[in-house]
Amino acid sequence: MGKLIDEEGRRVDGRKFNELRPIRIEVGVLKNADGSAYIEHGGNKIVVAIYGPKETHPKFMALPDRAILRCRYHMAPYSTEERKPPQPSRREIELSKVIREALEPAIKLEEFPRTAIDVYIEVLQSDGGSRGAGITAASVALADAGIPMKDLVVGCAAGKVDGQIVLDLNDLEDKEGEADLPVAIMPNIGQITLLQMDGLLTIDEFKKALDLAIEGCKKIHQIQREALYRKYFGTSEAESK
Amino acid sequence: MGVVKRKYVLPGDLIVEGNYQIISNAYRIGNKIYSMKVGMAEITNGKVKVIPLRGPYTPRVDDLVLGIIVDYAPLAWTVDINSYFEAFLPAQNVFGKNFNPEVHDLTRKFKIGDLIAAKIVSFERGKDPMLTVSGPGLGKLTRGELVRISPVKVPRLIGKKGSMSKMIEKATGCELIIGQNGLVFVRGPPEGIIKAIKAIKFVEEQAHTSGLTQNIQNFLKGGG
Repeated sequence: MGKLIDEEGRRVDGRKFNELRPIRIEVGVLKNADGSAYIEHGGNKIVVAIYGPKETHPKFMALPDRAILRCRYHMAPYSTEERKPPQPSRREIELSKVIREALEPAIKLEEFPRTAIDVYIEVLQSDGGSRGAGITAASVALADAGIPMKDLVVGCAAGKVDGQIVLDLNDLEDKEGEADLPVAIMPNIGQITLLQMDGLLTIDEFKKALDLAIEGCKKIHQIQREALYRKYFGTSEAESK
Repeated sequence: MGVVKRKYVLPGDLIVEGNYQIISNAYRIGNKIYSMKVGMAEITNGKVKVIPLRGPYTPRVDDLVLGIIVDYAPLAWTVDINSYFEAFLPAQNVFGKNFNPEVHDLTRKFKIGDLIAAKIVSFERGKDPMLTVSGPGLGKLTRGELVRISPVKVPRLIGKKGSMSKMIEKATGCELIIGQNGLVFVRGPPEGIIKAIKAIKFVEEQAHTSGLTQNIQNFLKGGG
């Protein structure tokens, strides 16, 4: 394995340590869904569809005082370099759970007792950091569905590559690097809803990586806002003020 | 009447700081009031509300709604009212107090697939909404077209004291029955119906723009 960071501090795709990959978000891409969004985050291409709130089936799953949130993160068989079997893998089932738990604190589930809200996250093309991109797109899609939320949720990762703390790992850095730290936050009210770590970091490195990831989340939050502004108010945020 | 302050908001946006009363779609952390939806925030006389641009229909008592019969049981019909709850219409409400499930056949009154206009009698969060069809203009709807629009756009289609819907009715010679749940029934001459549907869709698309009344007037004059 060659070096992942060269002498000038450039990473394999030419970025600096604190630079994000290019991100593009589109709102309302699916007609049949109640809310939807599409995100391109580096090599990730992800479609998210929201259905609900609607009556819960099977009925026994319904809760008397609030809605249930059901989340499905799924990678298309053609999304990876080698064909991925279409049935949910152990990894996808786990990611569905952590994404659900990252979105749950933001949604006012108490407003819709006995109902269900379904979130479908389909990864069409995968790169590193797809859970973060999935969360980012899912919260935009939830806003598009008109579901009351305390805040948008933004996901982004930081990690350690070649002994250096870097932002927004791509697939290669994720696999060959020393550590990966996916984070999701609610930027306006300043709360963390997802925090995982794979690999080893010292406490100082962890703090540095967390700060870097939060900084990245805030940048992505601006892109989320722009996408919603374009769709709903027909202008960019700066122009409307 | 104080000055109305309006601004665009997204979920989690700080609307205002201070001691305001929250009317809808906002929440409070300490002294700060944040939006819960994509929409237009309005701040007036110490009150804050967010008018949403997207969202489902939430039943409210006394709302006129249009619904489709989806099922019937011995004592009630189940009605799809385009919300996250299914409504029920008790058979007693239709057949009167002497209703007897052995004598009366529910399908003779409403069949599955029938469109009805109804009022919401009661709705609590723990229970499904209950409907009534006793009242002027309520009951089965026939001979007309059903149009679906987003429930949050309904107030614009009705207009101030019904001005918008009256204008469309006058220009097209049709009768509009507008359910608060986003279902609109259009009855009248065929050419009028086509024009009215176009006008309704136009209102839905342009609902957030200012000068909507004028635009609709021009639209109706131009023949659709």
